[in-house]
Amino acid sequence: MKKKEMIAMLLAGGQGKRLKGLTKSLAKPAVYFGGTYRIIDFPLSNCTNSGIDTVGVLTQYEPLVLHSYIGVGSDWDMDRKNGGVFVLPPHEREDGSSWYRGTADAISRNLKFIDQYDPEHLLVLSGDHVYKMDYTKLLDYHKEKGADCTISVINVTLEEAPSFGMINTHEDLKIYEFDEKPKQPKSTLASMGVYIFKWDVLRKYLVEDIDTPDSESAHDFGKDIVPKMLADNLSLYAYPFQGYWRDVGTIPSLWEANMDLLNDAPELNLNDPNWRIYTRNPNEPAQYISPQAKLKNCMVNEGCSVYGEVDRSVLFYGVEVGEGSVITESVIMPEVKIGKNVRIHRAIVDQGKVIPDGTVIGADRGDDSEIILVNGDTPY
Amino acid sequence: MKLMGVINLDHELDQLKELTYFRAGAAVPFAGRYRLIDFALSNMMSAGVQDIALFVRRKYRSLLDHLGEGRPWDLDRKRGGLFVLPPDWNDPTDISSGDLQHMHNNRDFFDRSSGEYVVHAGSQHLSKVDFCDLAEQHKASGADVTVVYKHVDLLEPEHDACFRVDVDENGFVNGIHNEKGHHNLYIELFIMEKGLFMQQMEYCIAHGDSYFFRDAILRNPSGLKIAGYEYKGYHAVINSVESYYKNSLELLDQEKYKQLFSPEMPVHTKIKYEAPTKYLEGADVKNSLVANGCLIAGEVEGSVLFRGVKVEKGAKIINSIIMQKCVIEAGAIVENVIMDKDVQLSENRTLVGDSRKPYVIAKRSIL
Repeated sequence: MKKKEMIAMLLAGGQGKRLKGLTKSLAKPAVYFGGTYRIIDFPLSNCTNSGIDTVGVLTQYEPLVLHSYIGVGSDWDMDRKNGGVFVLPPHEREDGSSWYRGTADAISRNLKFIDQYDPEHLLVLSGDHVYKMDYTKLLDYHKEKGADCTISVINVTLEEAPSFGMINTHEDLKIYEFDEKPKQPKSTLASMGVYIFKWDVLRKYLVEDIDTPDSESAHDFGKDIVPKMLADNLSLYAYPFQGYWRDVGTIPSLWEANMDLLNDAPELNLNDPNWRIYTRNPNEPAQYISPQAKLKNCMVNEGCSVYGEVDRSVLFYGVEVGEGSVITESVIMPEVKIGKNVRIHRAIVDQGKVIPDGTVIGADRGDDSEIILVNGDTPY
Repeated sequence: MKLMGVINLDHELDQLKELTYFRAGAAVPFAGRYRLIDFALSNMMSAGVQDIALFVRRKYRSLLDHLGEGRPWDLDRKRGGLFVLPPDWNDPTDISSGDLQHMHNNRDFFDRSSGEYVVHAGSQHLSKVDFCDLAEQHKASGADVTVVYKHVDLLEPEHDACFRVDVDENGFVNGIHNEKGHHNLYIELFIMEKGLFMQQMEYCIAHGDSYFFRDAILRNPSGLKIAGYEYKGYHAVINSVESYYKNSLELLDQEKYKQLFSPEMPVHTKIKYEAPTKYLEGADVKNSLVANGCLIAGEVEGSVLFRGVKVEKGAKIINSIIMQKCVIEAGAIVENVIMDKDVQLSENRTLVGDSRKPYVIAKRSIL
């Protein structure tokens, strides 16, 4: 196998418990976002656009949809002779088998995969975030600093900080502490779950970690590997990322990130021909907008037919909105059929749901009311 | 029953003015995100046809670009698949002419395919014919050839160029001609056993003929038994600017749209990775078909917008067809217009065509 300067490992095994019903039979990276995408399209497209052609996707929780979605990777231009995208679920080995015990363990169990390409650097990504990022800039920075590890960080507010892995650095952005979900945050730099490691350095830590008993290690990058590297005085740097980045791990944050797209000039520009977000195209015909329909401040995908009113909402492919229905501040997932005279306000309606005529969901509530999730478990 | 397909563009005239100056009629964009060829290809795909030859003679650059190796139609196969066959023929003993040249010079395609029956189609008639059903009826009837026709109640100008089919009470054809008042339109689709097809081709070449359908089937010198297959679904003929415009806008009728895009027989096309369309503040879109990647802040009514069209604030598009990546700047008004790809219409301009004779704007114009 030809040597590669850098390959990527994409952690896509998480359940995303806080997305409740949406991840019942779906891994979090496969959750829909932005009218046509799944979350994993963002890191995969970033890889392709950054010229990274070899990506291992580590799956574990409910992988069926994810596996068939990724396929041979042709949608992201990753059907390559040398390299490409590889789905890597946990597997049985001579010395027994177990699930991936943590983020670092998932990589440790696939040393053979990585070693084939003999990379100098390893890019570790998470399949949970929505952002556009040029990883070549991160690699340039990593090389310039001569770092053993570079962690991409984003500025958050002190109020948000306790829900992130916070990075404490010296003035030159050299990291001295990794603070996982701190109660008293010391900085506003949150880890984006995007790391570059020198592969030979990381490899040693992984080999050591794999034999560490579970009582002493959670086999996690944030909790174990990075703190150990810091304790050993390795050179770790923070890379300040500028741009839109969102953790869409909860129903409100998923909803909000969808709403962010509806601004006239959204921070996350999905129409940039130089940085396309690739996705599996459902091949639906052009959307039909009826003479009675009213649409504004919304995003609508192909295969939709709209007879009602849609305002500040995102409609995925194949959605029908019946006559007299009014959809506001909502996210309607693929192939949802909404009958006539339905009122939906501040809701996420899961894929394939059929909403009967006259149903009222979340209407007459204030603009700060909770986001309702409508899925297979909801009565209507 | 294994089928093989031929899409023969040789006798198709490129009469869509600016739209076909530089592209074959088969490559003309249609219905917001397709090209005319997609419909014939998708019908073949639905019937599981995996060996398809496309006979093209000229202006095929955009067709090649669109078709690639045929992946959207599942035609990127190890065996068979899509063969786009432009004319590069160097056989000094070749005495064939017309579309028989394609057949003679691409004998290998027919010889190598394991298909038993040849389904022969064009690109100007849009239909949803079920080729499996056609093949079954063909076999059951014992006919040598089965031609597909559509009974059209209301004849339109674009039907003038079509052949007509006389069918007897047993479903056999006793005449094919061009009598303009006749309502059974031949929709440029026939099926024939491969061996017989090849034999007829040899016969035509030997007799100096130049048009397989006319010389082997219509004139029928060998006394072939010809059956008629009546097709009753969606049908449109696109062979002029007027018929293109009319049939495009007729898709705003949901009945027609649902017939053409029935989920049982999906239409496939080259994939573009556009974001969903955005309706901005000030958007007022009514009775229209809109593809992905558009940014709409103006008014659109009774129109078809292709992928990536920008309609700025205060712009107005009425009864028009706006192709890929056109920009209609603020305050501009467009009515009864067919705008080819990448046209830019600057602020406050007005472009109005006649509803019977839409105004066609050539690709990449700046107005």
